[in-house]
Amino acid sequence: MKLIVNGEEQTVRAETLIDLLAELEFEGEWLATAVNNDLVAAEERVGFRLTDGDRIEVLAPMQGG
Amino acid sequence: MLSLYGKDVTSRFLLGTAQYPSPQILSDAAKAGEVDILTVSLRRESAGGQQSGQKFWSLIQDLGVHVLPNTAGCHSARDAILTAKMARDLFKTNWIKLEVIGNSDTLQPDPFQLVEAAAELCADGFEVFPYMTDDLVLAERLLEAGCQVLMPWCAPIGSAAGPLNPTALRTLRGYFPGIPLIVDAGLGRPSHATTVMELGYDAVLLNTAVAKAGDPVSMARAFRNAIEAGREGYLAGMLEPRDFATPSTPLIGQAVFS
Repeated sequence: MKLIVNGEEQTVRAETLIDLLAELEFEGEWLATAVNNDLVAAEERVGFRLTDGDRIEVLAPMQGG
Repeated sequence: MLSLYGKDVTSRFLLGTAQYPSPQILSDAAKAGEVDILTVSLRRESAGGQQSGQKFWSLIQDLGVHVLPNTAGCHSARDAILTAKMARDLFKTNWIKLEVIGNSDTLQPDPFQLVEAAAELCADGFEVFPYMTDDLVLAERLLEAGCQVLMPWCAPIGSAAGPLNPTALRTLRGYFPGIPLIVDAGLGRPSHATTVMELGYDAVLLNTAVAKAGDPVSMARAFRNAIEAGREGYLAGMLEPRDFATPSTPLIGQAVFS
């Protein structure tokens, strides 16, 4: 399936958000995720099924003022 | 002690975490400034197991301070609200420094989008720290939206210009004596921090003035001292300026040589 992950098109085998993170090696527990402009909380990733064309944002803590 | 949304904080110096020469200097500056709140942001994580976000987060956790996530870079209420929700999910705090930029050159907040986002976030249980201009009516609207802290700028972000409109800052202090007021953005020198603290502000939030200083660690210490000096001066009751001289030495008993 084709997805847009952090602004880049990706072709992946994963069907759930948790599997997508593993497939693309987004490692570490400190991640925040959204799909199509809606938050997907950490505990919801396991059962969150993706569909072709979904736009996924994967964010992490970063320096900020 | 300063209390923000029911949390006691041990310092009136809030520090940003961006633009330091190295992570170690950021850590040393935070310790030298004796800060109790650090601001952090959220950005896209890199794929491929780089864990850049987690390395930064570990550094912040080691400092043992409160974390104030921001919505920096958002230009609409919609984006800021989603960013705030993602920050709450990640950092496990209801605190959010709400930034909704309205002008890309001055980084002036968009007052209309700011109030819209603040109302929705407050209704959703967030404890909002709104980055705002020094406008009195905007302040009233943000309080009506549910904000219990206000963070007016004193000059554009990163400008180091210092308080451009002390009258407006004084007006906010006078209108809202019971609301924690934090000057956020525009401070360049320790004396700027002293000035706003002498106006009765509860705290200051700054980043660039420390991070881009020649010696960030020493500058953090200087700001800490400046903030404490301004606060103590405010509490001690300062004289109002006068147009004419007033002798400090008593005139009674003065010798007459004639």
